[in-house]
Amino acid sequence: MERARHNLFPILVVVAVIVAIWYAAVVYLNAPWQLDIYQRANNTDWTVRQLVVDTMAQDRPVLPAPHQVAVEIWQTTVEKNVTSKRSLVYHTWVTLSATLLGFAIGTVLGVVLAVSIVHSRAMDKSVMPWVIASQTIPILAIAPMIIVVLNAAGLSGLLPKALISTYLSFFPVVVGMVKGLRSSERIQLDLMRTYSASTAQVFWKLRWPSAVPYLFASMKIAVAISLVGAIVGELPTGAVAGLGARLLAGSYYGQTIQIWSALFAAALLAACLVSVVGLANRLVLKRMGTRP
Amino acid sequence: MTRLQRFLALMASLLAAIALALPVGTVGGVDASLRDVPVLILFAVFALVSLLRFCRSVDPWGDGLVMVIGAVGLLSALRTLEMAGAGYWCFVASDWLFAWLFVERLSALRPLHPAVRNAQSLIVPLIFGVWILILWELVTRGSNVPTVLLPPPSMIGERFMASLPILWVDFQQTFLKAVLIGYALGSGSALVVAIAIDRSPFLQRGLLPVGNLVSALPMIGVAPIMVMWFGFDWPSKAAVVVIMTFFPMLVNAIAGLGQSSVMERDLMRTYAAGYWQTLWKLRLPAAAPFIFNALKINSTLALIGAIVAEFFGTPIVGMGFRISTEVGRMNVDMVWAEIAVAALAGSAFFGIVALIERAVTFWHPSVRQ
Repeated sequence: MERARHNLFPILVVVAVIVAIWYAAVVYLNAPWQLDIYQRANNTDWTVRQLVVDTMAQDRPVLPAPHQVAVEIWQTTVEKNVTSKRSLVYHTWVTLSATLLGFAIGTVLGVVLAVSIVHSRAMDKSVMPWVIASQTIPILAIAPMIIVVLNAAGLSGLLPKALISTYLSFFPVVVGMVKGLRSSERIQLDLMRTYSASTAQVFWKLRWPSAVPYLFASMKIAVAISLVGAIVGELPTGAVAGLGARLLAGSYYGQTIQIWSALFAAALLAACLVSVVGLANRLVLKRMGTRP
Repeated sequence: MTRLQRFLALMASLLAAIALALPVGTVGGVDASLRDVPVLILFAVFALVSLLRFCRSVDPWGDGLVMVIGAVGLLSALRTLEMAGAGYWCFVASDWLFAWLFVERLSALRPLHPAVRNAQSLIVPLIFGVWILILWELVTRGSNVPTVLLPPPSMIGERFMASLPILWVDFQQTFLKAVLIGYALGSGSALVVAIAIDRSPFLQRGLLPVGNLVSALPMIGVAPIMVMWFGFDWPSKAAVVVIMTFFPMLVNAIAGLGQSSVMERDLMRTYAAGYWQTLWKLRLPAAAPFIFNALKINSTLALIGAIVAEFFGTPIVGMGFRISTEVGRMNVDMVWAEIAVAALAGSAFFGIVALIERAVTFWHPSVRQ
């Protein structure tokens, strides 16, 4: 808590600087178009003040001002019915459900793989290199194809998107858990041996508890990355629903404010998901009696 | 032999014996006889002979030989068979068990010679990878999976060789222009910024949490905006890559620059080293593991960013463009060929960065032997 307060002022300054740069960029980037409008309307006696105000009130600006984005988010969340197709809450929910499903499958798959890798030398030797190689394949880039193919195979809706998230999120879990399950020290393992503990007992009483902190650290990465997977997975579905669809529709129709508001909704969602995992981490570790 | 190995060996031979009794498949609408698939008979014989292992020891490479004969038999049988039957799938399962047994026995060896150990850690994953490809081929062709859904690897390979010029042009556009330029600019500028703000603890405290937050965000979402700003050609893709690679590098470089201990810095002071000398001779080398970590993360991110950005608008060339149009035309084999290029490029890029890392951070415990 002390550290958070210690950092608060610098963070606020940095954020304030970013917002200031943003406003300056709004004026700079939107001015040419605004000047063009003035010229066409034969409006020659414009003032700088008026120009600045007008650049921040365009319908389809090159770069929308922060307050325009804020207003758009407010209008599409609070003032719209949640079930409406124009509500950002609805689109966020569509993305969130795919993210969570993919994250859950990915985490379970990752843990299962990690457990078998730790217990079988053959798995360790043969599968582990491919787990690492699997991530050098740009899956996000081929996500659209996978979605289309799965749709052709009769799988549609939530699952294809979730599978993209799964592919992305199982990796940090495998790597983190393999490290975690092997993090118990030699001396502790030897102690378990002197108790003549079975493999299962060693696993549940020693390996698993010492791997929990690693599990949460990798779940934080996994949940953020599975959100990215869900968003990209929504791009090719013909812009039906979800934050990715909002991005695509916005880019088709030049609705920059819509793009930015979807982007901010995604950012907010990512921050929430990561902090929920962080909170769970702290609660679980407290229950387990780990000192902070 | 361990219990698992005994079980695997028994099951593998048993399945091969059962397979002999079941219909292997159809040729021209009627059941094929075993005479149509001679290599599979050879495989079955070897599989049964391998049961001798229960009286006397058999070399692991013996299992490897049986596995290879089985794979050759299964692949060649697909030429004659039109539709695979239950016997065929039993052969597949049996051969797969032999492969598992082979890998299990190979990885149980603990060779003393380092060269042999290196070869072992290369061969075992290689067998696994090749088996994935073989299974893919057998399943797609044996059960006549529509090629629109999943083309067999052989078909993808043919398409790959046949359309090398197109693939090369796409590779140039996406990888050599957008990815490499964006990667160099993004990682380079982040490193410079990290060094600059490293001198100010205030900026560090402010920027690090913000950078951490931003690097967890779905930055790929800026792709449509960049396409709007920088046009359809590669600069917009490079811009996306710059944004995606910037924050991982910033966060890692700042963490890395704080790695050198007070004692080491004091030593540099006693040598009367200036700021730049300390930076160049102590702090950057100490930060190298972190910087390379970011470079490795960025190598995949860059490729992803460039390809996804192409979905939002491109000239009529580029890997992302080709993937999205060929999906629309249902030329799935071409899409897979493009994916193969992406996978090869991604792995090679990652591998090269990892090799450079080994050369630069030779002193690090994880590299040292």
